[in-house]
Amino acid sequence: MSSATLWAVILSIAAATFWQRASFLVLPERFQLPALLKQALRYVPAAVLTAIWAPELMLRQGVLDLSPGNERLLAGVVAIAVAWRFRVTFGTTVAGLIALHLFDWML
Amino acid sequence: MPAFHPEFRHGVRSSLPLLIAVGPFGLVTGVAMAAGGIPPLEAMAMSILIYAGASMLAATQLIVEGAPAMVIVMAAFIVNLRLFMYSASIRPYLAGEPLHRRLIVSYALVDNPYALFLQRFGTHPDAPGKFDYFVGLSVPIWLCWQATVAAGLLVGHQLPAVWKLEFAAPLALIAMTVPFLRERAMIAAAASAGATAVLAHGLPLRLGLALAAVVGIAAGMATERWLGRRAS
Repeated sequence: MSSATLWAVILSIAAATFWQRASFLVLPERFQLPALLKQALRYVPAAVLTAIWAPELMLRQGVLDLSPGNERLLAGVVAIAVAWRFRVTFGTTVAGLIALHLFDWML
Repeated sequence: MPAFHPEFRHGVRSSLPLLIAVGPFGLVTGVAMAAGGIPPLEAMAMSILIYAGASMLAATQLIVEGAPAMVIVMAAFIVNLRLFMYSASIRPYLAGEPLHRRLIVSYALVDNPYALFLQRFGTHPDAPGKFDYFVGLSVPIWLCWQATVAAGLLVGHQLPAVWKLEFAAPLALIAMTVPFLRERAMIAAAASAGATAVLAHGLPLRLGLALAAVVGIAAGMATERWLGRRAS
């Protein structure tokens, strides 16, 4: 990605994110999110974040690979287990990286 | 120099335990951005101007994959949709505040201070000093975040590629996702979104990502409704 494109991406995300945060805060108080939309928004982080990392674990060069020879998938499972048990970002990331190197070396 | 409002100091104190979580997350984000090849200046610009970790990690991941610019911006927008919810739910507490104060809150509106703010004022929304409390919460968190992102960038640029640090971005995203998965509807949303993203990966313009978001949200809401109906 060229430097100009990267800057355009950064500034666009910054503007969009600020708008998302300011949206209701700058409006008069009577504007509220409809209940159905509120309910839908609750599921956004879990759904979208998973949609971003899942292909990183399960695809190898764009092809589905759920075999035990896929060290990224195995490292991801370790990371999920650590995150489930300890709920720590740093520990999860380090455990996942160590597992990745370990499985890479073993396989 | 005017004395700080007592609620400002209270906010600062409340923020301190959070730094144990914010610092390492900033470090991991900095390392992931460096490993993803984002230059230090641009990475710090992201950190200061966007100031929302999940979308920065998502953008980093997509930049590494070579996704088109428009797709990256859309993905960050979708990841940050929750901020609409935060904005709407915090608005009644800042009813009497002038616009510039509400814009300051807007800039610093991230997950942790939002949650703490509602914990403190959720039961007594008319208490004074709410803005000061929010600023008191946000200043240490902001400083800690920027400092640790910078440290992560330094570390990430020093370490050679054999460390496979580019895998830090998906791992940190996993660490952010898992705490949500404490109810069945949430697990249904995540699992179906993940499966859709994997199966629809070949679609042009990463439409699979938007499709996965829609499928995941629908699955979560359907599960919630189904469980609710069964319970009643």
